[in-house]
Amino acid sequence: MSQVQVVEGSEAVAYAVRASRPHVISAYPISPQTHIVERLAQMVADGELDTQYVRVESEFSAASVLSGASAAGSRAYTASSSQGLLLMTEVLYASAGMRLPFVITGVNRTISAPISIQVDHQDTISLRDSGVIQLYVESSQEAYDTHLAAFKIAEDPAILLPVMVCMDGWILTHSYERVSFLKQEEVDRFLPPFQPADFLDVKEPKSWGSYGEEEMLMEFKFTVYDAMQKGKQRIKDVFSDLSLVTGRDYGGLIEAYHTGDAEVVLIGMGSMAGTIKEAVDELRSEGKKVGFVKIRCYRPFPYEDIWEEIKNAQVVGVMEADVSMGSEGAVSMDLKAKVCGRANAPLVLDFIAGLGGREINMDLVREIVGEAEKVCKSGVPFQEPYWAGLNPSILP
Amino acid sequence: MNTKEITNQEELFVSGHRACHGCGMAIAVRHILKATGKNVIVVTPTGCLETFTSPFGYSPWRVPWIHHLFENGPAIATGVVAALKAQGRDDTRVLAIGGDGSTFDIGFGALSGMLERGDDVLYICADNGAYMNTGGQRSGASPLYSATTTDPAGRSSVGKFQMKKDIPTIVAAHGVPYVATASVAYLKDLEKKIKKAMTYHGPRYIQIDSTCPSVWGFPSDRTLEVGRLAVECGITPLFEMENGEITKVRKIKKKISIEDYLKTQKRFRHLFAGDQGREALKEIQDLADANIRKYGLLKQAKAETTTSSEEVFT
Amino acid sequence: MKVTIGAVVKGGTSLGYKTGNWRDERPVLDMEPCKRCGQCESVCPDSAIHIIDEYYIIDYDFCKGCGLCAYECPADAIEMVQEEK
Ligand SMILES: Cc1ncc(C[n+]2csc(CCOP(=O)(O)OP(=O)(O)O)c2C)c(N)n1
Ligand code: SF4
Ligand code: SF4
Ligand code: SF4
Ligand SMILES: [Mg+2]
Repeated sequence: MSQVQVVEGSEAVAYAVRASRPHVISAYPISPQTHIVERLAQMVADGELDTQYVRVESEFSAASVLSGASAAGSRAYTASSSQGLLLMTEVLYASAGMRLPFVITGVNRTISAPISIQVDHQDTISLRDSGVIQLYVESSQEAYDTHLAAFKIAEDPAILLPVMVCMDGWILTHSYERVSFLKQEEVDRFLPPFQPADFLDVKEPKSWGSYGEEEMLMEFKFTVYDAMQKGKQRIKDVFSDLSLVTGRDYGGLIEAYHTGDAEVVLIGMGSMAGTIKEAVDELRSEGKKVGFVKIRCYRPFPYEDIWEEIKNAQVVGVMEADVSMGSEGAVSMDLKAKVCGRANAPLVLDFIAGLGGREINMDLVREIVGEAEKVCKSGVPFQEPYWAGLNPSILP
Repeated sequence: MNTKEITNQEELFVSGHRACHGCGMAIAVRHILKATGKNVIVVTPTGCLETFTSPFGYSPWRVPWIHHLFENGPAIATGVVAALKAQGRDDTRVLAIGGDGSTFDIGFGALSGMLERGDDVLYICADNGAYMNTGGQRSGASPLYSATTTDPAGRSSVGKFQMKKDIPTIVAAHGVPYVATASVAYLKDLEKKIKKAMTYHGPRYIQIDSTCPSVWGFPSDRTLEVGRLAVECGITPLFEMENGEITKVRKIKKKISIEDYLKTQKRFRHLFAGDQGREALKEIQDLADANIRKYGLLKQAKAETTTSSEEVFT
Repeated sequence: MKVTIGAVVKGGTSLGYKTGNWRDERPVLDMEPCKRCGQCESVCPDSAIHIIDEYYIIDYDFCKGCGLCAYECPADAIEMVQEEK
């Protein structure tokens, strides 16, 4: 029997981390992540968590400590946001290449400038090419569950990559929700101790961090790419194993919501999913054939799974809280790259929404669906992304 | 088993690495590992040592070894230490061996963090006074008036215009119990210092003058000789600091002038032409003399800064 | 050579990479004047001098010919001679 408590999202994460028994936790503050590492620190101080808790002097070191610990054979964890995640960038690329399976909570927050502590996905999206697996969550309950899965995914011998659980700052980390927790024995059964085949060991000295000559570097990169691709099935398996323990099933790499007969399918990730689902319900009650795909696993990108849900639609509207300056949103680019050229592929529209904490509400979703319906009729997609919720009256 | 195999088995840093002819750093590493023995994990940030020992499939390291990035050696070491602690692997110790660029400059924040936390790492700076791996650009460790590729000598420049950072003192100011300087010219002394450092727990720091024939510009058979001259002129004082106090210094055997040291290397060649060079030489001589006074490097002399008893050792 | 997961390799494998062909000059050791002091073995950056039963043996598979052993030998027992290429 699991127990239910009303807790802050950050606390739900801290409980999941504690239950996962990491050997090493590194900690550096940044809003809106800080409550997570503070809660873990208190658990250590209260003797509720037996771990090496390292108070580092930067996020660069926070990620580096995880890398060293992981190479030495320990399960390791940290959390960060925004500028902190960007500061880790170089470490994350190297750690993925070295196949070091630690877990990071990426609490989503926008990136300077202007400086702001509000939510969007620009920080974690900026790390999409690094080789770090990215899982996005909609609720604190899903955050709790996904963290348990994250360690198991990272440490899977066929994967061995860092995993980042991305959760929206403030909206999830600082709001209170009823969360159901597993018993420690249940978690232990689901997540056995980390026992890597290779680790830094004086009994069998090995060298890590080699130089890759040009005749092999591509092959090294391919092994990471391949682990991501093959990892898709493993990630689904882990999610489904966990759902048997928790009784909660969010789907696999994606969650499909009324996509079966939908003419317009919206796509989104993170906490905006809740609002979008509500809007879909409302629009459907008005007779509109609208559906939604929530991306749970963004890297590796689950285009096959998405394709199954959008292939009968006329228009796909990607709602995303990030933008690649000079191009468009990253999720839309991913989708277009995988959808263009397929027979009868739907048109893909990009909607930039929710940057820097700009509210994504029912009206905004309705506006977006309205734009998508116009394109359904005209058959002519817009080329530039649609900045949903932009206030032109204050532009210079 | 042939004889070669027998002897190579004792060596923890074996042949086949790709250091330049006569590389001082390679000599230092052999002796570091001789002194520590095999129960160590070595962390090496990017730099010459990493490059000449990391080609895939050809590792000379007979101890577990990890290279990650240029600026995070201390933090990687911290992570390894934390893991060992969590796993109860108490008899494995951790060394980090970084270049002066990673130690003095880009990784200094990480080093300071590691020292402040008190992590059980012996941090060794293999100091060759510039960014050698990238061809010899200036670092915070480059000596005053040395010519580097980013601080070259020219009609209106006499090379690097700033002093070498005093990192050992800065490290000691973190409350680090054992800080020492050493040189590849004095290998027994180096081994002794490593062994002594291993008796302490917590952070420790040893900076090794790692003479570099390729970029300093001297013949590959003079690697120890140039290191000896650096000590004998006073520009590279060898000392131990325990709990913030200088407890031992290596006395100069026969004092030489700064010119006798500088003229052996191409990186100082520009100082031996013109008035500007003469002025610069005077300044460097003043630096060496100040070291001699400060550390009490001459046989009869006492160090200015120390109150505790000093010991002469050879 | 096959790549490995994470590019992890066994330690000590550089013995498969012979650096002897980097050499222009060859150190030749004469055991007659040799005082068995160990200095040459100690200073070799390439771990190329081995002491076997009182004998000092230079491993020409790896010796790069830097000349340090010869320069540091207190007994002048090592001579650098031009390699014939
Ligand atoms: C972040 C980053 N910046 C720059 C480099 C390029 N780089 C590699 S090694 C190096 C110099 C290393 O200098 P030092 O630490 O003194 O070691 P040395 O090579 O002199 O032994 C530089 C600049 C890098 N690898 N990473
Ligand atoms: S450049 Fe200098 S320090 Fe680097 S490998 Fe060559 S000799 Fe050694
Ligand atoms: S340094 Fe010279 S004297 Fe000493 S062991 Fe070597 S060859 Fe013999
Ligand atoms: S010449 Fe250099 S590399 Fe060869 S044995 Fe002597 S010291 Fe070693
Ligand atoms: Mg250097």
